[in-house]
Amino acid sequence: MIVELGHFALILALALSLVQSVLPIVGARRDDDRMMAVGVPAAFTVLALVAISFAALTSANVLSDFSVQNVFENSHSQKPLLYKFTGVWGNHEGSMLLWVLILSFFTALVAFFGNNLPPSLKANVLGVQAWIGTAFLTFIVATSNPFARLNPAPIEGRDLNPILQDIGLAIHPPLLYLGYVGFSVCFSFAVAALIDGRIDAAWARWVRPWTLVAWVFLTAGIAMGSYWAYYELGWGGWWFWDPVENASFMPWLAGTALLHSALVMEKRSALKIWTVLLAILTFSLSLLGTFLVRSGVLTSVHTFATDPGRGLFILAILVIFIGGSLALFAWRAQSLAPGGLFQPISREGALVLNNLFLTTATATVLIGTLYPLLLEFLIGEKISVGAPFFNLTFGPLMIPLLAAVPFGPLMAWKRGDLLAVAQRLMTAFFIALLVVATVLYQTSATSVLAAFGIGLAVWLMLGALTDIALKSGVGKAPLGLAARRLAGLPRSVFGTAFAHFGLGITLLGIVATTTFATESVLVMKPGESIRAGGYTVRFDEMKPSKGPNFTEEQGQFTILSDEGQSVTSLMAAKRFFPVRNMQTTEAGICTFAFSQLYVALGDAAADGGIVVRIWWKPLVTLIWLGTIFMMAGGCLSLLDRRLRIGAPARRRVAPLQPANAGPSQ
Amino acid sequence: MTRKQKRLTVIGSGLAVLALAAALVLFALQQKIAFFRMPSDIQLSDIQSQSRFRLGGLVEKGTVVRGEGTKISFSVTDKIKSIPVTYEGILPDLFREDQGVVIEGGFSPAGKFIADSVLAKHDENYMPKEVADSLKAKGVWQEESKKP
Repeated sequence: MIVELGHFALILALALSLVQSVLPIVGARRDDDRMMAVGVPAAFTVLALVAISFAALTSANVLSDFSVQNVFENSHSQKPLLYKFTGVWGNHEGSMLLWVLILSFFTALVAFFGNNLPPSLKANVLGVQAWIGTAFLTFIVATSNPFARLNPAPIEGRDLNPILQDIGLAIHPPLLYLGYVGFSVCFSFAVAALIDGRIDAAWARWVRPWTLVAWVFLTAGIAMGSYWAYYELGWGGWWFWDPVENASFMPWLAGTALLHSALVMEKRSALKIWTVLLAILTFSLSLLGTFLVRSGVLTSVHTFATDPGRGLFILAILVIFIGGSLALFAWRAQSLAPGGLFQPISREGALVLNNLFLTTATATVLIGTLYPLLLEFLIGEKISVGAPFFNLTFGPLMIPLLAAVPFGPLMAWKRGDLLAVAQRLMTAFFIALLVVATVLYQTSATSVLAAFGIGLAVWLMLGALTDIALKSGVGKAPLGLAARRLAGLPRSVFGTAFAHFGLGITLLGIVATTTFATESVLVMKPGESIRAGGYTVRFDEMKPSKGPNFTEEQGQFTILSDEGQSVTSLMAAKRFFPVRNMQTTEAGICTFAFSQLYVALGDAAADGGIVVRIWWKPLVTLIWLGTIFMMAGGCLSLLDRRLRIGAPARRRVAPLQPANAGPSQ
Repeated sequence: MTRKQKRLTVIGSGLAVLALAAALVLFALQQKIAFFRMPSDIQLSDIQSQSRFRLGGLVEKGTVVRGEGTKISFSVTDKIKSIPVTYEGILPDLFREDQGVVIEGGFSPAGKFIADSVLAKHDENYMPKEVADSLKAKGVWQEESKKP
């Protein structure tokens, strides 16, 4: 009964979405207040209906109702309760329902916070959001019904893929979807602006916080996914340039560019057309990601669907939305008046440079991801494009961008002075050079690239600190004054500094781990030991153990210091899940400061030992720590005063425009 | 600077970055990609070339030999032809005889395949399309997959 109620609610949501797709937009065209006003209650009701539907599916999972096909295929009565909840989105149908739930959540947020928006813009945005909602609700109802029943009902379910039976499944997909789908709001604002044919700085003020929210969640989702793959797969890698990873990385890169171009538009009302295009492209890449991962064209743990009808359906949605919005852009972009002018050497110029490199880098990732698919489709040759390709194309494009990052925030708007900025960054530059020299000396110049990579990371971090120091006058002004100035700085200044600092931390982690990690693969018998990263790892014994729905063989290790004292113990395991007849590797990880010792078990060797793989990964946690800084930076920017107060007030901002446009006009 | 000069600067730098990216992509596509092959598709020219390959097929029954330490050798077959493979390291959890695998690496001059990674399936439901399709086309068939 509950299940049917969920199905019914889903169909109602689809019907109401259709209404919301049409009425507000027609109302905006005809200037009919009553029709435009339909958008808000419709958005709230759709959210409520999708939430009921999602709750119904959750209850079927938690109660192990195996008469529901979706539950039968992905659950088991013995499965731990947490995974009964998270298993809701650990499959194709449920994950699409989560996608729509988050979409309707964002639509409702726009409806809730949009009181200060011009009514026609608000109506158009809600209408465009409903288009997306309608498309995906139709997809679920027509091809991926999570509520399909089985008759007769099976007694026991087939269980969830053991790799997904992890706390990571509770966190990674919702965060990633909040990011992916969050960009839909930017997309809807862009399309609404094109329909309206009107765009101004107030529009950018509205778009920027949504971009920030989506970007923060996408960053969190990608970082979480990376850490999950790192500890769950037992391969010791944190990024594989796998197509599904690229699918999430492309919207992140484009979203990062959007974040920066929206800044130019908000502050200087320049780059309008470009920002609108970028908003469309970012969400298009999110849709492309959904298509790549959900259609079954790629093979991975993320791919649940193998039904070709589903792939075609998502492809159709993709083509309609991307093609339609780009056509609308080509048709209407001319009507958007160009804004403020600026010299190439200026803050705007620096942000254009950022956009140039980020979008080009996105394009190379896109080519590397789609090329094998196209080649197979066109001439049948099967190739794989892996890490070597991306290291060679993406890497060189990032180096100049990263080197330029510290200059950006120090540059003045409109007309900057490169020489003056360079002088201010002198200290940071020399310290970074010193670091390069030290690393070269320490490693006897064996890894020149690594030395420069670490130097670049230090340069990024010091650049961020220099920005804060200069803006608050630390070191120049008296201490009390500097402290007061520091406290008075806009939060967005801290946001920028945090995010750029975090970028430096992540880079440091990446370079250190890639270059200085040590790996040993060997056969160990109980009592034997090996050195790794300044510690001695001793293999003690293998011990069988039993979990709720698996059995495992635990390898017990003791970590000893140089003095021979036991520092800590570590456990790596091989798990066997009988229901799926599957084995998984549980890596044993031990963290020392920012570095990690990583142990994974292999097969039993012929002579009674066991194959063990031991990595020493120096500074590896910095990779994820840096992303936390980036997210904190995003949150700080979101809390900035100008976004909290007066953000949507179009009337107040509009008269300022001529003054903003500056003397160069 | 005049307006025209400014515009030229922006367009010029944009084109320069694009040209750089295009050059890198073209170079990398020639050097850094791996071709997918089944054992019976392997030609002499493949063995002589220095290219990287992804070899797909089934682990031939009775050929898995564990050598000293972590060395292991086995043959990959598509039931038409089989290719000997050597590998040093940890095999994936679901590496079994008669199961599908994809192996990445290159050929030694003697025609042996030296693997630097072995990918087996994650779960019985998932399989690399490439292997499944090729096996179906050749009338033999099993399953597997890669990372998440």
